[in-house]
Amino acid sequence: MMIFRLAFQSLLNRWVTACLTVLAIAVSVMLLLGVEKVRTGARQSFADTISGTDLIVGARSGSLNLLLYSVFRIGNATNNVTWKSYQDIAKMPEVSWIVPLSLGDSHHGFRVLGTNADYFTHYKFRHGQSMTFASGGPFTDLFDAVIGSDVADALGYKVGDKIVVAHGVGSISFVEHGDKPFRVSGILAKTGTPIDRTVHVSLEAIEAIHIDWQNGAPVPGESISADQVRKMDLTPRAITAAMVGLNSKLATFKVQRRINDYPEEPLSAIMPGVALQELWGLIGTAETALSVVSAMVVATALLGMVTMILTTLNERRREMAILRSVGATPATVLGLLAAEGGLLTLAGVVAGTLGLYAGLALLRPYIDHTYGLSLAIDPPRADEWLKLGLIVAAGFVAGLLPAIRAYRLSLADGMMVRV
Amino acid sequence: MNETIVAPSHTRIEGESPLDAVSFENVRYSWPGVSPFSLAIEKFSLGREEKLLLLGPSGSGKSTFLSLLAGIVAPSKGRIDVTGTEMAKLSGARRDRFRVDHFGIIFQMFNLLPYASLIDNVLLPLRFSRTRRENALREGPIDEVARDMLVSLGLNETVIDTVKAASLSVGQQQRVAAARALIGAPQILVADEPTSALDRNTEEVFLKLLFAQSEKAGTSVIMVSHDEGLAPHFDRVVRLDDIAVSSRGATK
Repeated sequence: MMIFRLAFQSLLNRWVTACLTVLAIAVSVMLLLGVEKVRTGARQSFADTISGTDLIVGARSGSLNLLLYSVFRIGNATNNVTWKSYQDIAKMPEVSWIVPLSLGDSHHGFRVLGTNADYFTHYKFRHGQSMTFASGGPFTDLFDAVIGSDVADALGYKVGDKIVVAHGVGSISFVEHGDKPFRVSGILAKTGTPIDRTVHVSLEAIEAIHIDWQNGAPVPGESISADQVRKMDLTPRAITAAMVGLNSKLATFKVQRRINDYPEEPLSAIMPGVALQELWGLIGTAETALSVVSAMVVATALLGMVTMILTTLNERRREMAILRSVGATPATVLGLLAAEGGLLTLAGVVAGTLGLYAGLALLRPYIDHTYGLSLAIDPPRADEWLKLGLIVAAGFVAGLLPAIRAYRLSLADGMMVRV
Repeated sequence: MNETIVAPSHTRIEGESPLDAVSFENVRYSWPGVSPFSLAIEKFSLGREEKLLLLGPSGSGKSTFLSLLAGIVAPSKGRIDVTGTEMAKLSGARRDRFRVDHFGIIFQMFNLLPYASLIDNVLLPLRFSRTRRENALREGPIDEVARDMLVSLGLNETVIDTVKAASLSVGQQQRVAAARALIGAPQILVADEPTSALDRNTEEVFLKLLFAQSEKAGTSVIMVSHDEGLAPHFDRVVRLDDIAVSSRGATK
């Protein structure tokens, strides 16, 4: 106890360097834990986004690409699926339900998704939870839109507001469907998935706003008004992808093969879970690299601490000699410096952990909103405790390095240090 | 081969007496290495409650002498007894404990832990020596004993309470060091030129206060210095050259 008190007072005496050392360790610990938090948070977010969907069908492409653009609104579709193919799949006996997805437009950076009312009943997230409406309800009119909670929060929309959809998916768009505004019919409750950042409209509406467009631009002199368009046939020509639910999971592979072998159009059917595994495999290397880098940063911080203690050692030979002269054994001197290393590391680990949680609490809404990543604020898991424990232990061991040097010096100096 | 010359010291007749705090007998010490050094002391003793001044110019082996005395280095030959115990025979840890039990030590300067309070500095040896702790406790609560000691050595209460060791003047620092060396009444006070950084007046006051306390505690004092002017304050003056033969360089 006495040793700890002396080590502590001695540290207080050098509080500036001590604080910087603690800060370096704290930052490295924050990084180490933060990477872990983001990693598990990201995995959880991805895994929670889709549930209850057996197959996702899109134009032929990699399964990951299809999963990313259809469910996560990341990237773009390579090609479309014709309405006929969609109907053929819908008619398969094993298919219990099918929900069309049509992407390609946006509203202030939020993706616009064309779908039908089944979407709100069949789309499940986080272990089979269904979407609920915070206010309003599904679309009833052609130009009705249902918006996610983040869209509503960010743009301050209420049910009944008019919104204009822009062509393309950039956050700033110069080509708008200004002639055909939508009315917000409903706002969805927060889900923590990309749904929160999506504007949902009916498939027919997507068709309607593009009816007088060709090759991604309005055809001059052929503008069709919103009232005229209501009387036209708005059966979609193509969709981007479709979510499929089957009567029996056992049929999954059979249906998947049949869609992949569909003779009239090259299509891909993927199982979301399998595609997610592929994603983990892909980003696993990056995750490992991040973990290794953050471990290196911790090691660097500890090295910095050892350097700090070593550089102060010379001026503290005096201190050691005094302690020796009042009866401290060389072992006490050894313990003192090891304790110093341990104390610094412990302080750094505690500060880093607290800092991480403070940072999480502070930045969580921002990260959730900007990246759609909901990071859990939960106590460290067993393996994180283990990591923290290992860091403190490493600190003690690292503290031994200068301690052994001090031990040698104090043996050689005896008590008569000449300054 | 060096002839060992032993000169009797000034006034006292040396002899093995059970009353001696310290006695050296046929002690040889040689330090091998790049710059070999050897020191031979045929006989030396320090009586109980005696105040002894050991004079010697720098480089005459004073530091080695003190290291031998405090048991930091062991003699190659001969024996050194401290209150009847041969320190060289003790194990490392027991020697450290023995040292703090029996010795109070004052360095030339920088005696204090700069970050600790004066009281904490004074109390340091009591944390390592049970004997001295018990001795101090006999006079009262140890904090009070330390405070009284500091006051007796001429530090005023406000300084004791408000100031950290680092901001004291050298004279004040040496007083705190003296209080630390004497608390818990060790048998021997070893001081290595404690007044070399003080002016003559401060030095005199310091020695007076120091001796008042050492007499009260019954502690023998051995002070090393090159300053002959200190002689009148001491019971006995010994020149290191007279009791010891030292040689530098390769000796066979």
